[in-house]
Amino acid sequence: MCLAIPARIVSIEDFLAKVDMMGNERVVGTHLVPDAQVGDYVLVHAGFAIEVVDQRYAEETVELLIEEANAREELQ
Amino acid sequence: MPVKNYNNQQEIKETADRYLQEIHELATTPYTVMEVCGTHTVAIAKNALRDILPTQIRLVSGPGCPVCVTDSSDIDRFLYLAAQPNVITATFGDMIRVPGSKKSLQMLRGEGADIRIVYSTLDALELARKNPTKEVVFLGVGFETTVPTVAVSIESAKNEGLKNYSVLSMHKLVPPVLRALAEDPETEVDGFLDPGHVCAIIGTKPLEFMAKDYNKPGVVTGFEGVDVLEGLVMLLRQRAQGRSEIEIQYQRMVKPEGNPVAQSFIDKVFVPVDAAFRGLGTIGKGGLGIRKGYEDWDAEKKFDLPVFETVEIPGCRCGQVLKGQIAPPQCPLFARKCIPLAPVGPCMVSSEGSCAAYYRYAQRSEM
Amino acid sequence: MERIILAHGSGGRLSHQLVQEIFQKHLSNAYLNQMNDATWLPGSENIAITTDSFVVSPLFFRGGNIGKLAVCGTINDLAVSGAQPRYLTLAVILEEGFLLSDLERIVQSIATTSQMAGVPIVCGDTKVVERGSADKIFINTTGIGALQERSVGPQYIRPGDYVLINGTIGDHGVAILADREGLEFETPVTSDCAPLNHLIDEFYMPGVHCMRDPTRGGVGTTLNELARQGQVSMILEEEKLPLHPGVAGACGMLGLEPLYLANEGKVLAIVAPDAVEEVLTRMRNHPLGRDAAIIGRVEAADPGLVLLKTPLGGKRIVGMLEGEHLPRIC
Repeated sequence: MCLAIPARIVSIEDFLAKVDMMGNERVVGTHLVPDAQVGDYVLVHAGFAIEVVDQRYAEETVELLIEEANAREELQ
Repeated sequence: MPVKNYNNQQEIKETADRYLQEIHELATTPYTVMEVCGTHTVAIAKNALRDILPTQIRLVSGPGCPVCVTDSSDIDRFLYLAAQPNVITATFGDMIRVPGSKKSLQMLRGEGADIRIVYSTLDALELARKNPTKEVVFLGVGFETTVPTVAVSIESAKNEGLKNYSVLSMHKLVPPVLRALAEDPETEVDGFLDPGHVCAIIGTKPLEFMAKDYNKPGVVTGFEGVDVLEGLVMLLRQRAQGRSEIEIQYQRMVKPEGNPVAQSFIDKVFVPVDAAFRGLGTIGKGGLGIRKGYEDWDAEKKFDLPVFETVEIPGCRCGQVLKGQIAPPQCPLFARKCIPLAPVGPCMVSSEGSCAAYYRYAQRSEM
Repeated sequence: MERIILAHGSGGRLSHQLVQEIFQKHLSNAYLNQMNDATWLPGSENIAITTDSFVVSPLFFRGGNIGKLAVCGTINDLAVSGAQPRYLTLAVILEEGFLLSDLERIVQSIATTSQMAGVPIVCGDTKVVERGSADKIFINTTGIGALQERSVGPQYIRPGDYVLINGTIGDHGVAILADREGLEFETPVTSDCAPLNHLIDEFYMPGVHCMRDPTRGGVGTTLNELARQGQVSMILEEEKLPLHPGVAGACGMLGLEPLYLANEGKVLAIVAPDAVEEVLTRMRNHPLGRDAAIIGRVEAADPGLVLLKTPLGGKRIVGMLEGEHLPRIC
């Protein structure tokens, strides 16, 4: 159970981080991932980061996003 | 991972095709796989996987929907609380339509109760800060993925001295549920797709008894269609090689040790207790209660809640659906008397319940 | 005076002032300025008529407000029915205490949108009710259109037709949610609220068999309606659904389905195979159709059924939206 999506940490202050999810920004709690840093990708569930995403996977996600953006460009 | 549409997913499709092919090759004899996670139920239905898998593979949904397994007596308790004049009930959207013996939160809201849907316990805390003269009660529903987030909120409220916030804990744990399923002679499952995000928190150790003591292998799986296919491949390979282990497919998110920080939050604030599971009866140490020392934030201790009896719903076969003994279409009420707009049992109410998932994402081949 | 008071609705001097200083100031035209009990409209055309009430909350959202919505909603209902929108009426019910500055913002928006679409407001009404008897402002617009030689409707849908949409789905739904208490998130997604009459004039040609705007209930519900009324089935391709990444992200976060989220600037067109390339090109040539796409096909078997083919090849049924579309964490 557990809808969770990866998001990139944009800024952190006092266990509250601003994260970017496909362009949407939200504030989430980082109490469960105290070592997370700006630039890390985290898994977000119910308003909290519950895990730091493996660096390799995070990079793959970004690549796919770029690929997707390029594909849309071509269609226009 | 978001954005599956409108882009070049060629590589993922090719990988999926390869897995599908291997599944077809390995599925020489029947194999029953159970998932115990509402998000898996939905992922399987959304991707129409039963449509493309060989008939030898039987995919069964277990009691993985925390809303579905919330006992009617618990629901009646929180409905009682929600109706109190000074209470703001904060809840995840999942619970709003779940009926108790008579009513639901949605109905109470229509009658004037102050009920707010929140996405996070952080929002519930904020409600408490903004409404100092009211009591904010958060309905704690969910398995181990959600529990740490609730623990953080209780710890934060304690540190802050926020006295008008409390949690009604109806949380449940996955390993005791798996054990109950393994012990149940009527549940015939060969292998399990283990919940990816629960295991991101608890790791794989708490699940190993399934493979070792009961010879039921499990693969901790992610939630994309291709993840589920890979999870199935890994289970079938175990069978072919005579192994019984807990493996991780969802390696990008799950480590064998899980998230120790989250685990310690859970241990600090909660303690395992016996819990009533709708349709499954009482499971020993299957739920979580709030520990001593946190009484002021435990809605059960804070409020004088009457005791409610569990009410059975006549004709409802949710119990059998939850144990994977029957598929939703085999329930005589499914899609006839029991539909999303007028649900009889919890499996249809929750949007990730087996019956709701079947109904919303019904496969062509099942028509 | 900052706020609406009951006297604004009594028909006396304050009412007249309100109409002049807020409504007429922005909406002035020859028809409206007749200021009679009924407006005379010239013409001898066959008419189409539609009416809609707007009670949306929040009143102001990313990409628009209730006023813009009230104009677009009614214009679009006429345009997708094959009529040329000609005139709009505007009836407003105000709650005592409503801020006049908010009212003016809304009326300005109505004026701008009405001008952009070329459809004037020709008569109106204002009422005021006691605090608590209405939720800030309710708006009703009725639209009159001139029937054109456009035979569109579910009865013209044929197996083999293609299903087209002029752009991304679910934008309005997400824009509305983003500001809802308890769900707050910042998003680049804005409501797609827009009048579609000019776009439709651009792409309409014989071969366009049916059009409908997928508002509440989303594309999923609307296609089910069409499939039922047209006694056909449809098969959509999930990969072809145009989706803004922000909408995908919001849906992933909240457990929502883009197919069931509201749209306010989209038109679904069911088009014959020999016209589809041309219609698609024309859509894409218009600012409101840049992301236009073919999303599915009409078939004869299983009338009333809408199916979706997933990227992995399986097919599932897309039903109507059942009940409320609620966010979930599980």
